[in-house]
Amino acid sequence: MMQQSAPSAEPLLKVDDLVVEYFVGGKTVHAVSGVSLDIARGETLGLVGESGCGKSTLGRAVLQLRPAVSGKVLFDGNDLTAMRGDPLRKMRQRVQLIFQDPIASLNPRRRIGDIVAEPLVIAGIKDPDKRRKMVCDVLSAVGLDPALVIGRLPHEFSGGQCQRICIARALVLNPDFIICDEPVSALDVSIRAQILNLLEEMKARYGLTLLFIAHDLAVVKAVSDRVAVMYLGRLCEVGPSEQLFAKPAHPYTALLLEAIPVPDPDVRPAESVAVGEPPSPIAPPSGCRFRTRCPRADARCAAEMPELRMVAPRQYAACHYPLT
Amino acid sequence: MTDRVLLSIENVAVDLPTPRGNLRAVDGVDLKLNAGRTLGIVGESGCGKTMLSRAVLQLLPKKAMLSGRVMFDGKDLVTLDRERLRKLRGRSLAVVFQDPMTSLNPVLTIGTQLIETLQEHLELDMAAAKRRSVELLAAVGIPAPEQRLTQYPHQLSGGMRQRVAIAIALSCEPELLIADEPTTALDVTIQAQILDLLAREQRRRHMAMIIITHDLGVVAGRTDEVAVMYAGRVVERAPTQALFKKMRMPYTEALLAAIPKIDTAPHTVLPAISGRPPDPTRPLKGCSFAPRCRYALAGCHVEKPALTAAETPAHQFACFYPIGTEARVPA
Repeated sequence: MMQQSAPSAEPLLKVDDLVVEYFVGGKTVHAVSGVSLDIARGETLGLVGESGCGKSTLGRAVLQLRPAVSGKVLFDGNDLTAMRGDPLRKMRQRVQLIFQDPIASLNPRRRIGDIVAEPLVIAGIKDPDKRRKMVCDVLSAVGLDPALVIGRLPHEFSGGQCQRICIARALVLNPDFIICDEPVSALDVSIRAQILNLLEEMKARYGLTLLFIAHDLAVVKAVSDRVAVMYLGRLCEVGPSEQLFAKPAHPYTALLLEAIPVPDPDVRPAESVAVGEPPSPIAPPSGCRFRTRCPRADARCAAEMPELRMVAPRQYAACHYPLT
Repeated sequence: MTDRVLLSIENVAVDLPTPRGNLRAVDGVDLKLNAGRTLGIVGESGCGKTMLSRAVLQLLPKKAMLSGRVMFDGKDLVTLDRERLRKLRGRSLAVVFQDPMTSLNPVLTIGTQLIETLQEHLELDMAAAKRRSVELLAAVGIPAPEQRLTQYPHQLSGGMRQRVAIAIALSCEPELLIADEPTTALDVTIQAQILDLLAREQRRRHMAMIIITHDLGVVAGRTDEVAVMYAGRVVERAPTQALFKKMRMPYTEALLAAIPKIDTAPHTVLPAISGRPPDPTRPLKGCSFAPRCRYALAGCHVEKPALTAAETPAHQFACFYPIGTEARVPA
């Protein structure tokens, strides 16, 4: 078993050779094809990739919202894929999810106080005064005034405030682990920084471990200790954020980095760095899935699937011809 | 050629009646664009950038009230009759929208939509229009263009659909192309391809282009001039190089600072802009950005600063205490 994080402590989350497939119109969509990764306690792992690469499916499969075809998800030593019913529900209280669209993820007909209290009701906390106190505490923690907020409906709030409410709801049960699925993509630039700062603050305050899924590399880098890059259902590269961005080993990571528009007119955009578009996950290419767009690909890449191999300390890339 | 003013937006205001009262979406905007030049309009959602482009195209919602003048090639689009406006749109004035799935007709083939535009404006016969369509699809980088003519929009990927929308926009050799968030719905590697395509075609055809975006990164390397909008007004306007070298309006500076950069170290606290934009149905008396501005003084809340130039006539900003002046003290 490959050890990606510091070997000192057992990782909080361990995903082992996870395979998730969808069946659409008699065809198989290979959404996640054999992904393994570890997330250490207190760590933030960023997961980047373009739409359709399977990053959200991976997040959902961790929570068992999507059944896995094969593979294991070990959370704090417990295999979630083997759990059902009550034990799984109990375990899920320790893992929460924050979605991309904060307005759509709040029930428009319920008051904020009830929305944030819902996880407590499900968890069986029967004392309404205790629930109310917990809701007020967590709303204050995310920067909202409980007195002004609990009686109101979601439509009275802006996108940024709705995301604060979603974060409060995720935190109210004091979880260990939060999966953030594109938490700032739907927000404006000036609001995005507020929410990213809040997530960092909450991580320290509640002692959280985060899986941060996003397509924006700069956003991911701002919050992550390590970054995993995904392409068409497979991991291309995993490594410490600074190192991975400074010296990408996988050609796809390099391509993603080059494609980001830089807010500096002196940096001339590199003309057409990217070739073509990602192939369909219904019929992924043989061997390395990135080979159809890769400038370095040759016959070996079509014949042989590259495994994740260490290319530098703590940095792993799945490429026959890595850049470093 | 490039000294000719192609588009002149003069004191344009757009008002929208809402149940909560009048919403001033665009509040007295003046902009000029010369033939063959590129202008970036940057701002967050609700700042009025899209409404401004709709005012130029005369595609505002029915209830909207427009004042001011939009001079395009010597004609005032606001007073132009519908027939002449229709001839102009699609011919010399073209647009590419954010979502190619909604701007293309889902029940017509790519070919029908391209050929329709060509026949409508250029009076080509079927064979010539078809030939031209294939050339256009090839020019925007669509592989196997002949086969694509018989396909429907849903059979193409998001990036390919946006290429088709660009091909339709370019089909009649427009003088001005308005691209409204052309890459916001696309992935980052596809975004780079589409921006390159737009830049290449803009140069090749010497057309003027307006790129509307929320991303300062998109305009930085690809425009001659940038206008930053906030709460319906242009708050800073300058040649792109000059703007990024020396921002004068605190909002522009704060907007750039709030974006995580690729060289930002992990876990750095980002300089966020506190609060949120003002409610457009409740206009503020003073500077709209003052409640969120770290440099604002008492006077900023009382009077609205006008868009004025300082050192160079090309660099204008709407601020009483612009960045780089002695009087400025962070509050």
